[in-house]
Parts: sequence; structure tokens; C-alpha cells
Amino acid sequence: MSRLLQRLFGRLPVGWLQLTHNRTRFFAALAGVAFANVLVFVQLGIMNSMSSAAVRPYAFFSADIMISAHDANTLSDGANVARQWLYQALADPEVAEGMGLYVTNVPWDRGMTDISLTTFGVDPFQPQFLTGTLGPDAGFLQLRDAALLDRLARGFNRADAAGISPATPLSFETERRTLTAWTTFAGGGGFGSDGYMFVSDQTFLRLFPARRAAAPDHILLRVTPGADVAAVVTRLKATLSDPGLRIRSFADAKAEDLRYQQTRRPTGVVFGFGVLIGVLVGLVIVYQVLSSDVADHLREYATFKAMGYRPSFFLGVVFEEALVLGVLGFIPGMIFGGGILTLMGKVTTLPLRMTPDMALSVFLGTVLFSALSGAIATRRLAAADPADLF
Amino acid sequence: MTEITVSAERLSHWFGQGETRKQALFDVSLALPRGSFTVLMGPSGSGKTTVLTLLGCLRAVQAGSVRLLGHELHGAPEPHLVALRRRLGFIFQMHNLHESLTAAQNVIMGLQVHPGVPDATARAAAAQVLGLVGLSDRIDYLPANLSGGQKQRVAVARALVGNPALVLADEPTAALDKDTAAGVVDLLKRMGAARGTTTLLVTHDNRILDRADRILTLEDGRIVKVEDRA
Ligand SMILES: Nc1ncnc2c1ncn2[C@@H]1O[C@H](COP(=O)(O)OP(=O)(O)O)[C@@H](O)[C@H]1O
Ligand SMILES: [Mg+2]
Repeated sequence: MSRLLQRLFGRLPVGWLQLTHNRTRFFAALAGVAFANVLVFVQLGIMNSMSSAAVRPYAFFSADIMISAHDANTLSDGANVARQWLYQALADPEVAEGMGLYVTNVPWDRGMTDISLTTFGVDPFQPQFLTGTLGPDAGFLQLRDAALLDRLARGFNRADAAGISPATPLSFETERRTLTAWTTFAGGGGFGSDGYMFVSDQTFLRLFPARRAAAPDHILLRVTPGADVAAVVTRLKATLSDPGLRIRSFADAKAEDLRYQQTRRPTGVVFGFGVLIGVLVGLVIVYQVLSSDVADHLREYATFKAMGYRPSFFLGVVFEEALVLGVLGFIPGMIFGGGILTLMGKVTTLPLRMTPDMALSVFLGTVLFSALSGAIATRRLAAADPADLF
Repeated sequence: MTEITVSAERLSHWFGQGETRKQALFDVSLALPRGSFTVLMGPSGSGKTTVLTLLGCLRAVQAGSVRLLGHELHGAPEPHLVALRRRLGFIFQMHNLHESLTAAQNVIMGLQVHPGVPDATARAAAAQVLGLVGLSDRIDYLPANLSGGQKQRVAVARALVGNPALVLADEPTAALDKDTAAGVVDLLKRMGAARGTTTLLVTHDNRILDRADRILTLEDGRIVKVEDRA
């Protein structure tokens, strides 16, 4: 290491030698940087998984435009939308088809635990609005009280889920009705619920008698092939001029949901804040170590100044130390952070993992912020006055 | 005519501001010929250290003139002073070695201030100078594992390794016992003579006086006596 740095800097690696001279302090500093890294990794991991969990339900649908109530920030909040807007939208020459979408969370008693499934009521005669296996399987929903279950739902035994097939359907109670799951699809646990379920709009209305056919939660639209979605959205905003409506392309709805989760929801803000705290902890630890190291060596630095070393030499030494702390602290930080994320992902079924992107940005962040701490710490160098040495 | 390494002309210096402003040096003039060994004496607070820091480019000259190696220091910009300092060797009362660096590495720091010295050359030079100060067997020791006299010898080696034109030493023997002190001064004198180095040494120590070519005595910021011994 010493040799490597000597090569790198073309001089004695004074920073490295100085930093490693006091082993206890050195390892404490590395542990501090690693700890800050773990904090950032865990928070970032949770934020990322929150993002992918938030947008996961959008992947179930194949739509171009979504009409929602103005206060609907996600698929499962906001007021209802009158079905009449669906018919008005269909009057647009470039709107090919439309479907009302009903959404609510349904508790499902799984013995030991009650799990909660975000349940979508869809039109089984319009499978083109569904993606993947959901489209072909929508036919099952034409049966009375039929359901499609999320085989990756949290708290749903994987073996039980695998046992569900049209030959061996699973009947279960919810909302005091018996539903029958004919097959399953791949969803997964999120922050709002433990998984997903699809039923027909008819079944949905039977489950929730208070809900009205005339008022779905969202209206999904598909445009004619080749039509410009943005242009259609603009036109619909003009013709459906009700301020209570939020008319957006489906892609925008997904993007806005994501942004909402990250910036407006307490969880998003808390974890975002957690990242900030991690960064600050790292910054303060590195600053603390470097500035006390500078303070402890003022005499030596003053001696070097007297000998004719330029200010750039001292900056170089402090940056060298910052770099060593950043790089060497990152390695255990990444290992522990990754381990904790994997473990948490196993327990929560959230898509928690360390991506190479994440590792790279945390690494660059660590080096950057270490250098920043170093830069702040160098202000103390001014106190090294060689004239005071004699 | 002898070559003058450093000279001062009517050098005055003040410390502090306003009410507390106090003059420490009054019209000090001196000239050190190349290769000479000069001792600067005087009671505590007489201004010896102030003279040393002014000649050594560690303080800005306020009044009068200092010419060092052909350069006027009065009004010289800081980078210029830093560059000049590289041609000097400083020895302090405390050894001021870097605790994290071995004896050899401390000496190398005295050489590395000159750009472009290859690593291997620096190592060889450090080993050689440490040999001259009698520390061949302590090259890879950290300062913590050296005695006081050994540390001060490493400091001498560090000051001399870059072949300085002028060595400025401020009570380098104050922290040493008699024999060790005499050893360090002899070393300075011997190595200075061998290399043509000019040396200015501040001391209280009477035993050192007989090694000087010239003794300057400072009192209350004025040179009151000049004795030539050579
Ligand atoms: N940094 C300083 N600030 C204020 N006064 C100083 C400073 N350094 C020295 N002095 C004053 O200048 C005078 C000469 O000091 P100095 O050169 O250190 O003397 P010596 O080295 O002979 O003991 C003393 O009166 C001292 O108090
Ligand atoms: Mg003094």
C-alpha cells in the first residue's frame, strides 16, 4: 500500500504513514466511514425498493392514458371518477377503447396473520388492458367470484401458491364472500400492501356493495395505433373540462407516482433524510479525524513549511488521507451494507438489493465527501506558522 | 573578496500593533561569509530568534534590508521566500521530527522538497547522511525509538541532506546533555566545513563558543559585540 501510494504521488506517502501510525484511531475512522456507508446503503436500498414497489402495479396494465380524480397521487388513493367521462373520452376519434378500474385493499386471513392485498376490479372482456399472463388469464374472471392471486405476496406460502391451478383452484374467504383463485401471477409485496389480487368488476362490486358501477377509481384508455398520446391528452383536457379530473398519459402517472412516493410521502422523505444523515455522519467523521490529525501534526507541518514545502503539498497530504479513509472505509461498508440489504430483502420480500449503480454512486459519493471533509480540514493548516517553531 | 551568503543592513523589527507595538530589533547589520561558522549569543529576549527567522525567510522584513544568496528579502513575495527556504537548512531547539516517519524517511523529506529527485537517489542520500551523523544502524527507526541525541542528529541530517547554502540553528543543543550537545555541534561544524556551508547558530552554551569563527552578541535588539576567532 505504502509503495503503491508512493508511486501514485511521486513522494513519500506522508498522509498514509501518518494515518496508519495511530492504529486505533485509524481503524476507528475506517469503522466510522464504513458505518456511514452502511447507513447510506440501507436507506438507498429501501428507497430504491420503494420506488420499484411503487411502480410495480403499473406494469400490470397496458394503457396509454389514465383519468383519475385530481387527488389521486397513486393507483390506490384519491376519489372516484364518474363513468360518464369514459363515454365522453371515447367520443374522441383517437381514443380506441376504455376501461373502468376499481382498486381497494382487501384483508385476507391467512391463519396466523392477516395479509392485505391490493385488489383490482377489471373488465374480463377487455384483456388487452392487462399485461403478461394476466391478459390470457382474464378469461377466468368471467366466472362468478373468481380471482387471480399474487403468488409472490408476502405471507402467502410459496407451496400453497404453487398448488393453485385451474385443475386445483383455491377457495378462500374474504369480506364474507368465498372467492376462488384459478391461477396466479407474479406481483410482490410493497409498502402499501402485501401483494395483489385481480377480480372482475362485477365481483369487485359484489365484494363492496357500497361501491358503484358508475364510479370506478380510474379510467384507463388506449389510443388508436399511431396516435400521439400527448396530443390526445391535451384534447381530452379541453373537452373533459372538469377541474376535479386528472388526465395524464399512463407513463406520466407512473412517473408522478414515483416522484410523489420519494418526495411527498413521509416514508420517502424519512428515507431520503436517512441518506442525508448517513452522508453527514460520514462527512463529520472524516472531518473530525482529518482535522484532529492536522491539529496533532501542526508542528511537523510547520517544520515542512519552514523547509520550503508549498501549500499544495499539505493539501495533497490531507487529500491523500481523505482518499485512503474513503476507499478503505467503503469496502467493509459495501460488504456489510449489501449483507444487510439481502437479509432485509429475504425477510420483507421487498426488492431490496445492492445494484452496481448504487455501489458505484455510493463509492463516488464517499470519495467526494471525504475529499470535501479534507478540504474543510485543511483550513486548520493556516495555523502552522513556521516562525513559531523557534 | 569573500562571497557573502547572507547579510542584513539596518534591520529593524516590531511585534504587535498600536499600543502594544514593541520594537524587537534596532538597526541590526551583519554579514556571514560563505563557509563561516557564526555563533549568535545574547540574553533571553534579546532578539536572537527574531534575527534567525528574518534571515531564514520565515518572517517578512519590515525595515532595513536582508540579502540572501543574492536576493533582497524586503518586499519579496511569499512564493519567492518559499523557494529560497529550500536552499536553507533549519535546526530547531526541538528536533521536530515527524513521529510517523522513520529516521530515513524524515531525512528524505529534507530532499524531496526539491522536485525531481528520484526515489532511489533520495534513499541512498538519506542513508549516506545518516551514516555521517553516526546513525547507520538506526535508519529505519521511528523517532519514538531514538534517544534525544539521536533524534537531534537525525534533524541535523535532515537539514544537511539537501546541501543547503546556509544552516540556521536555534539552540539545537538546549535539550541535550553536555557530551551529546558537543557531539552535535562538532558534527555541524565538521559537515559545514566539508561542504562549504555557512552556519549561524544561536546558543547560550559557552562550551560551543570556542568552535565559532565569529561570535555576535545581541542585547535588547542591538548587536553589542563582534568577536572574530578565526
Ligand atoms: N511572536 C511574537 N509576538 C510578540 N512579541 C514577540 C514575538 N516573538 C518575539 N517577541 C518579542 O521580541 C523580543 C525578542 O524575542 P526573541 O527574538 O524570541 O528573543 P530571543 O530568541 O533572543 O530569546 C522579545 O521581547 C519577545 O518578547
Ligand atoms: Mg529564542
